Amino acid sequence: MVAILLLLAMLASCAPASTDDPSNSQPAVFIENKGSDTIVNLALAWAERYQTVKPEVILSVTGGGSGTGIAALLNGTVDIANASRQIKPEEIADAQSKGFTPNELVIAKDAIAVIVNPSNPVRELTLQQISDIYSGVYSNWSQVGGPDWPIVRLSRETNSGTHVYFLETVLRLGQKENHTFFSSETLLLPSSEGIINEVRLNPNAIGYDGLGYVPKDLKMIAIAPQAGDAYILPSIESVNNNTYPIARDLYMYTAGQPQGEVAVYLDWILSPEAQQIVAELGFVPVK
Amino acid sequence: MDKSLNWREYIITRLIKASGYSAILFVGLIFLFLIKEGVPALGEISLSDLLATRWYPIEDFFGILPLLTGSLIVTIGAALIAIPFGLGSAIFIAEIAPRWLREILKPLVELLGGLPSVVLGFLGILVLSPNLRILLDLPTGLTALAGSLLLGAIAIPTVVSIAEDALDAVPRDYRDGALAVGATRWQTIWRVTLPAAKSGVLTAIMLGIGRALGETMTVMMVTGNAPVMATKWNSIFQPVRTMTATIAAEMGEVANGSSHYHVLFLIGLILFLFSLAINVAASSVVFRQKKRAERILS
Repeated sequence: MVAILLLLAMLASCAPASTDDPSNSQPAVFIENKGSDTIVNLALAWAERYQTVKPEVILSVTGGGSGTGIAALLNGTVDIANASRQIKPEEIADAQSKGFTPNELVIAKDAIAVIVNPSNPVRELTLQQISDIYSGVYSNWSQVGGPDWPIVRLSRETNSGTHVYFLETVLRLGQKENHTFFSSETLLLPSSEGIINEVRLNPNAIGYDGLGYVPKDLKMIAIAPQAGDAYILPSIESVNNNTYPIARDLYMYTAGQPQGEVAVYLDWILSPEAQQIVAELGFVPVK
Repeated sequence: MDKSLNWREYIITRLIKASGYSAILFVGLIFLFLIKEGVPALGEISLSDLLATRWYPIEDFFGILPLLTGSLIVTIGAALIAIPFGLGSAIFIAEIAPRWLREILKPLVELLGGLPSVVLGFLGILVLSPNLRILLDLPTGLTALAGSLLLGAIAIPTVVSIAEDALDAVPRDYRDGALAVGATRWQTIWRVTLPAAKSGVLTAIMLGIGRALGETMTVMMVTGNAPVMATKWNSIFQPVRTMTATIAAEMGEVANGSSHYHVLFLIGLILFLFSLAINVAASSVVFRQKKRAERILS
């Protein structure tokens, strides 16, 4: 899979390189970009679009996980590390022992919306209630202020990054020692479409999906971080002002302040053109 | 001239022989590969952990019992649908239907067999499961029952096609003889034609069950994939997770050489042994039947 992505990025870079514009005859610049599997599709989409902006810059994008990307950055084998979590203090210490401080840039946000069928009168839940629904403590909507309907829990398959993020942030409420599991009756559907379909057709269902993927005809639940807090509906605003609780920043790290073409590329990533791609892939733009 | 004919004959027989042996060779190689990749799981995970009831591989819970029971209940359900309907259609097409109807029905059934399973899965999600939920008042229609119904539909063309061929191959004289001694049409079918075609009919059933057991895409789409133990009679109305769907859903992202990877191959090995057992059982019945028939005839 890594090899295929690399190949794609290379192929995309090949085609426009032969334009006869004299300004393009300068030697190609290579940027190595590696890390989070959550970000890999976004990074790849950016790399492809960037070929039309700056054909002389060749980007190679690979996945492997946030930790892998940051380790590669520390070893000096990549220019940009993609991470769906913030860099850890021990990783910063490791970098400083090698003579540089990692530079952090928030490139997009990933928010998860909890969705129900429009005929379900439940509109708001606390994080704790959602956790209890998914872990099997509650199995009827009447226990969370709804009608006397059974709860059908829908989740992505265990290999999905979204599944793991939802497990850690919602089921386990972000607590490291918390070992709550998904109820074994949770339906594990292989795709986002599967979840959206079942929520659309089944009034008993509750599901979750990336905010950008939720169609207009499904109902998103307003969520309160704690009982007593305000219930917040997911939206670009509530994600960007950090009031919506199931959202995370996505990062790109460079070794020290970005220089040269890397800096130009990172500036382009924050441009409206690149942030438009963020929205198309179901993430939340930062600008 | 004569010599070149021998030459050609030699090559052709050798080629046929080679393709025959290669089938055995490939099955053998696949079996060895499954053993090589799957058996290490037995060393990495204790038997009591494997025979547990929680399947949550990203946190190293590798209990395969929910997957085994899931596959079993969906396959049994599919067999209960495919065998009566498949044999019924085969008998109707071969014995009862007039010639013109038969000419239409047989190709139609075979066309049904060519339907891609993902299309049936799609129908299952959009049409079958919502209606099942409303009709049977279930929390969700994505259940073992939806999987069984669709797998039954997938297995029926296999059963019909092979069973009909077997019935068709029964000599005309058998039927004429039965009718001549005063048997009714039904008695002829049930007591003479069907027993005479027994080995082919059994093969049809076994291939149908094998098709249902190995089917992946449809079950992954409609059974909900919840790894719960399906041990009660009403488990058919609940979501289940089958072995095939587990392999399909998880193999793509698993780290090569990890325990999870080895367990997935072990599940593949179990599936392989299941279908081997079905085939061996079928052929032993067929062979025993033949010997008895020969004894009676001699």
